[in-house]
Amino acid sequence: MATGTVAGRRLPLPEVDVLPPYASNPKWERVKAAKEAAKGGGGPQRVAKQHEKGKLTARERLQVLFDPGSFREAGALVQHRCSDFGMDKQQYYGDGVVTGSGTVYGRPVFAFSQDFTVFGGSLSESHAAKICRLMDRAVEAGAPIVGLNDSGGARIQEGVMSLAGYADVFLRNVNASGVVPQLSLVMGPCAGGAVYSPALTDFTFMVRHTSYMFLTGPEVVKSVTMEEVSQEQLGGAATHTTKSGVAHGAFDNELDALAGMRELLSFLPPSNREQAPRVPSLDPADRSCPFLDYVVPTNDLEPYDMLGVVQQVVDDGEVFEIARDYAKNIITGFARLNGRTVGVVANQPAVLAGCLDIDASVKGARFVRFCDAFNIPLLTFVDVPGFLPGTAQEYGGVIRHGAKLLYAYAEATVPKLTVITRKAYGGAYDVMSSKHLRGDINLAWPTGEIAVMGSKGAVEILFRWAVLQEAEYEEKFNNPFQAAKVGYIDDVILPRWTRQRLCAELETLANKRAWRPERKHGNIPL
Amino acid sequence: MRRRLLTAVRSCARSFGTTAAAAAAAASTAAPRERLFNKLLVANRGEIAVRVMRTCKRLGIPTVAIFSEADAAAVHARFADQAVCVGPAPSTASYLNIPAIVEAIKKTGADAVHPGYGFLSENAAFVEAVEEAGATFVGPPTFAVEKMGDKVNTIPGWAGVVKDADHAVSVAEDIGFPVMIKASAGGGGKGMRIAWNERELREGFELCTQASSGRGSVQWAAAAGEAAAAFGDSRMLIEKFIEQPRHIEIQVLGDKHGNVVYFPERECSIQRRNQKVIEEAPSPLVTPEMRRAMGEQAVALCKAVGYESAGTVEFLANPQRQFFFLEMNTRLQVEHPITEAITGQDLVEHMLRIAAGQPLAVTQDQLLHFTGHAMECRVYAEDPARGFLPSIGRLLRYVEPSGPNVRCDSGVQEGSEISMHYDPLISKLVTRGVDRPSTLGAMRRALDSYVIRGVQHNAPLLRSVLDIPAFEAGQLSTAFLAGERGAGMGGEGVASAEHFPTPESSAPERLPLSSGQQDQLLALAAMLWAAREQRLSGVGDLQVELQVVLTLEGQQVPATVRPAAPELAAAAAPGAGQALEVQLPHRILLVRDAGGSSAQLVHAEVDSERVALQVLSRGPRHLRLQHCGAQRLVALDAPAAAQLTRCMPAPTMEDFSKVIRSPMPGTLVHLAVEVGQEVNPGDEVAVVEAMKMRNVLRAEVAGVVAAVEAGQGEVLGADQVIVRLQ
Repeated sequence: MATGTVAGRRLPLPEVDVLPPYASNPKWERVKAAKEAAKGGGGPQRVAKQHEKGKLTARERLQVLFDPGSFREAGALVQHRCSDFGMDKQQYYGDGVVTGSGTVYGRPVFAFSQDFTVFGGSLSESHAAKICRLMDRAVEAGAPIVGLNDSGGARIQEGVMSLAGYADVFLRNVNASGVVPQLSLVMGPCAGGAVYSPALTDFTFMVRHTSYMFLTGPEVVKSVTMEEVSQEQLGGAATHTTKSGVAHGAFDNELDALAGMRELLSFLPPSNREQAPRVPSLDPADRSCPFLDYVVPTNDLEPYDMLGVVQQVVDDGEVFEIARDYAKNIITGFARLNGRTVGVVANQPAVLAGCLDIDASVKGARFVRFCDAFNIPLLTFVDVPGFLPGTAQEYGGVIRHGAKLLYAYAEATVPKLTVITRKAYGGAYDVMSSKHLRGDINLAWPTGEIAVMGSKGAVEILFRWAVLQEAEYEEKFNNPFQAAKVGYIDDVILPRWTRQRLCAELETLANKRAWRPERKHGNIPL
Repeated sequence: MRRRLLTAVRSCARSFGTTAAAAAAAASTAAPRERLFNKLLVANRGEIAVRVMRTCKRLGIPTVAIFSEADAAAVHARFADQAVCVGPAPSTASYLNIPAIVEAIKKTGADAVHPGYGFLSENAAFVEAVEEAGATFVGPPTFAVEKMGDKVNTIPGWAGVVKDADHAVSVAEDIGFPVMIKASAGGGGKGMRIAWNERELREGFELCTQASSGRGSVQWAAAAGEAAAAFGDSRMLIEKFIEQPRHIEIQVLGDKHGNVVYFPERECSIQRRNQKVIEEAPSPLVTPEMRRAMGEQAVALCKAVGYESAGTVEFLANPQRQFFFLEMNTRLQVEHPITEAITGQDLVEHMLRIAAGQPLAVTQDQLLHFTGHAMECRVYAEDPARGFLPSIGRLLRYVEPSGPNVRCDSGVQEGSEISMHYDPLISKLVTRGVDRPSTLGAMRRALDSYVIRGVQHNAPLLRSVLDIPAFEAGQLSTAFLAGERGAGMGGEGVASAEHFPTPESSAPERLPLSSGQQDQLLALAAMLWAAREQRLSGVGDLQVELQVVLTLEGQQVPATVRPAAPELAAAAAPGAGQALEVQLPHRILLVRDAGGSSAQLVHAEVDSERVALQVLSRGPRHLRLQHCGAQRLVALDAPAAAQLTRCMPAPTMEDFSKVIRSPMPGTLVHLAVEVGQEVNPGDEVAVVEAMKMRNVLRAEVAGVVAAVEAGQGEVLGADQVIVRLQ
């Protein structure tokens, strides 16, 4: 029996179970034929070619993305309205994009999937209109939008109609921003103006070796700047996940990528009107983590892996990292505490000693703002010796970029939990979800050091003429006591009980409400 | 079958529990009530220090631990009533630092010192120093082992200068073929060669004398060269070669009053690189007559030298049950717990009583009436993929197996560091049962549920050994696992490893799974997948069928998961999950989470059999699982996705033979190649010094050096690329 199952319910397959009045009804037969044609996309040859490249068709991708049998298409019979350049003779149902909705882990999700086998997935007026209608519905329904991009670009034959179509999509991306989560998965070419749709969404992912994104391709680059560069080098997954930060993650193949999108969606609330789904946790909330008692090296200069710390604390050690390979000196990602989604931001002492720099600030700021927009509590782990010094940073505007992270933390009204594991020096201390920026619960391990700077530097400045007074400085600041005395630290805890404490604090803060002054919008230092 | 076995284990464990407790109680009531010692210092670290302290705690003797700077947070240092730092991390500066330890004895006022095993346990100078400091050394006084004389069977042999081949042949004929010949200076198993007849012996001798030519047997030439370097002559050892040798040893106890008793034997044939890894008591080979003969020889030997305290007389035995004396170890052995498990005796307590001058509290007759069977697995932090080099790091997760028939002697906890400075032994895992099969069953379950994360370790390999039919049948030999005797000898007739001959074959990903075990693995993977789907969907119990396609080693296996009919599902333990039916193409399995599972360890029932499955990692589409020691990557896809896997590009695999990496964290002390240089297989490429060992890295294939990515003197991480070939 042909059935799909979604979250424990059986779904009929309407296309198969046709009963007598419509069994051989000509009206239905015509529709059925058109639907069949739509399913075939650009025809078997182009489908085979797509498969040869290690790529799936638009519909195959949706089958994998959604719960089995849950996807319902809208607009399968749409065709373009262009008659120039003989386009009226080339018609495909769907016009190069499949739109519709279904469920992912039982919760509604909207998606569009560009069909490279039809006109190279190029965007026409009606193609764009389908995407726009889908986005409008998603925003009203309060459900996430997933875009699967695989498009050669604008439909040249349609001229400005195509460009208008892009802009219509961009506008909706902006209007949906902060209302419903928007995810982009680039699974083929995405060039020219088309790149701005993923860029405007919350998270962009790519598939290694088969996807690329750039504004101008290698040929134009060569003619203008004389640089010789391949598509992969210019805009492949490696480039955008490590160098440019345009993409937030890369997958080895399309199946991994689609499974990754499902996993990410499992952490997110459907819209800004709701909380993220709570998942029954099998990991005891009061689990102790003895490993954490030993993780901070006795030598101040020695690095350790902060991701390991995060994995010890969160449910089942599972972290869905965002931008793992970009600005590795800061970790961002989603995890759960006792079944509740949290957004984790953590300095990584193993990279650049955990310093904040331009890229880390921007990466952190964008993540913090996403979490705040979607009611996801923030969990911050701090081991930061300060901002990275140097002309490259100062000339690059580390002041205004660093300010973004400061701004993002300060404006965030979601529950904010902070753990200082070791260094919290200087301005970077203020930035990293400090009490002063409305941190709800700020904890420190006994190894915490909260000071304007490290003892060596401080002693050099303060006591330039005095006999070594490093010991006095260390006594005062190489522990969290001073900060706790003035209430900037709520408690000093043993590392092994970090998870237990955080789970309990989060429970208490679950219904936190905080308000910001009325205004059109703030002016984050972009 | 397995279930019956487990039930048997449970019932036996109870009976063992009472025996051991009764024996312990009897021992303590028989003894005077006052303390044996006022304070005991344990001059050791790790599991053995903790183990000795346990007995002291039971006897009410306060304990003192010594620790190095690296061990300040170690379990043994915290387990004792007092702890004294005796120096920096290297053992020569701390655990072997006699003046510092003597200082600790004086400072703490300890009146007894237990040396454990290793370190200073057989060091005459230490015994003297302890006694000078006014404390009692818990162990045998120093005495000459050479005096042991003719009380025992020894391996017929001859050591001395061999004039020529004819001389060698006449010696060999006296002994009887087959013989083993080796240069006396070749330590351990290096440069040994077996000759089954005169021709082979002559060949071997030729090779020996042509040391410098280096052709034929490199090993042999090296050994002979070594001998020549050391003695300026070709002093050789020719002795009877023992086929399928088994290592069997007798534990003895002697008191200061001339009483000596022997314990039932231990068999320690399962060794790797001459290191014991699995030991059991009693030996499957030994008959009561053989036991008595070995025991009586051991006792005679001890009496002849006036031995006191605990000691072990080691023998080699052949399948015909002939046995030959190897050596005597004058200390508490690593594997002593298995003897304790079957006799109900506490050997450390006996050592303490003997040291205090008390007469033996156990009779020979008691010891011959032992019950059941015990087995010990030594769990080491070592990396099979890197030729079993020690694997250092912190224990990210660490959960020891537990149960009435399980004893786990360890000196670590979650968060402990396995340091480069010391022996990488994580623990000694001991199980016992009424008989060998039930002991084996208990060991299987114990190893399966032993969670160790953060370092590589040999528990998977140990687990896999237990399933080898020859092991199950008790057909053991010292060549069972890869050993130095076997490795790279090439000599005809040399026993090479019978199982897991190469590091590659010992890698957890390569360890075998029977088809039944594989079905269990697949069914459990499907169960975990279904549970996660349900959990993330916010749905409780599964109501309908779920289809999933499992991919294991390139094979796609479709599976259907459905709730089991309630009448088929056995009564569930509290905390147990829903009973599910997993339909694989050729069979249906009934599975359920048995409760008490964690993200790392799943306790489950498969067709009513209790199994422990480990989850090593999880990806969006994958689970890396460990079942019965074997580690496997299982992909899980909905049927629609599974059909499409054929379109996915094959994962790009780096050709590892063309990349030379650092096998472990260390320093690049020498770089032997430069860019553009041609290399041949076996050529030295680089030398990495790690953990005081120089590891020569050689080219596996011929090629031209394309890139050198690390500089001389650079500190390297594990797996860091040093050289790439083209």
